[in-house]
Amino acid sequence: MGVGSFFTSKLDEAIGWARKYSIFQYPFVTACCGMEYMATACSHYDVDRFGAGLPRFSPRQADVLFVVGTISHKMAPVLKRIYDQMTEPKWVVAFGVCTCTGGFYDNYATVQGIDTIIPVDVYIPGCPPRPESVLDGLMKLQDKIAVGAQRY
Amino acid sequence: MDGGAILETLRARFGAALTDTHAQHGDHTAVVDRGAIVDVLKFCRDDAHLGFDMLSDLTAVDYLKYPGREDGPRFEVVYHLYSVPHNHRVRLKVRVDEDDPVVPTAVPVWPIANWLEREVWDMFGIRFDGHPDPRRLLMYEEFVGHALRKDYPINRRQPLIGPRT
Repeated sequence: MGVGSFFTSKLDEAIGWARKYSIFQYPFVTACCGMEYMATACSHYDVDRFGAGLPRFSPRQADVLFVVGTISHKMAPVLKRIYDQMTEPKWVVAFGVCTCTGGFYDNYATVQGIDTIIPVDVYIPGCPPRPESVLDGLMKLQDKIAVGAQRY
Repeated sequence: MDGGAILETLRARFGAALTDTHAQHGDHTAVVDRGAIVDVLKFCRDDAHLGFDMLSDLTAVDYLKYPGREDGPRFEVVYHLYSVPHNHRVRLKVRVDEDDPVVPTAVPVWPIANWLEREVWDMFGIRFDGHPDPRRLLMYEEFVGHALRKDYPINRRQPLIGPRT
């Protein structure tokens, strides 16, 4: 290993460390999971401890897309467009069973998992997930961000 | 006006166009011939004693596998009428067959029927003749089939639609 590769790997590490504590999330909230998302984001569970306290309501300024709630086929093109509008690097979190697999909405109207539309980095199951599991998912996402692992 | 008297008024006015009437638990129902339904609705709205000024619901039922109804007409379009001044209700039904699922529109009588009939078209595939805007209401244009028909497979997946350009 030469001096140059040592330097770039250390730089990547530094960038990863900085990125994982400056998560600007875009909450794509469509259903009841939004309540649990709000509970996690507010002071009691305080998502700001992980540097994710500032949601940006513009996809162009966000780097993590939180898909919170059931996605219907009618909503699917909107979600795809929001994802396409985000700048790289970007990560996607599927929040709740409806976004992970469609959940119990096994019917004509619901997308059976958003990974049929966009790539997903972290799946948080639960109906809705407890704030603890949301924070667990967020920390797993931080680990991915730190090593620069992405699925886009 | 009591429900039995409402049905009597309708029967006296329309006679054979009322193919069937029944009452269950105080809910009075008249089955109306398809060709007469708009006249019956107009009469219900305009007659001073009936005074049904509100169409509280318009929906449909698919009797494809219903016990005892397998060989009858497949669909029933159901009109729920309510009178605010008289505080009484009546239910009207129109039976339509699968080969010819068309019912004359009620939009000229009650404008609220516009969206309700669009929903029935979307979910059951029953067309409303003369409807001013016969598009789907809930599902998207590219959707194939009608989701609340009993022969729509529960696990059928529709092709995903991309962003509109």
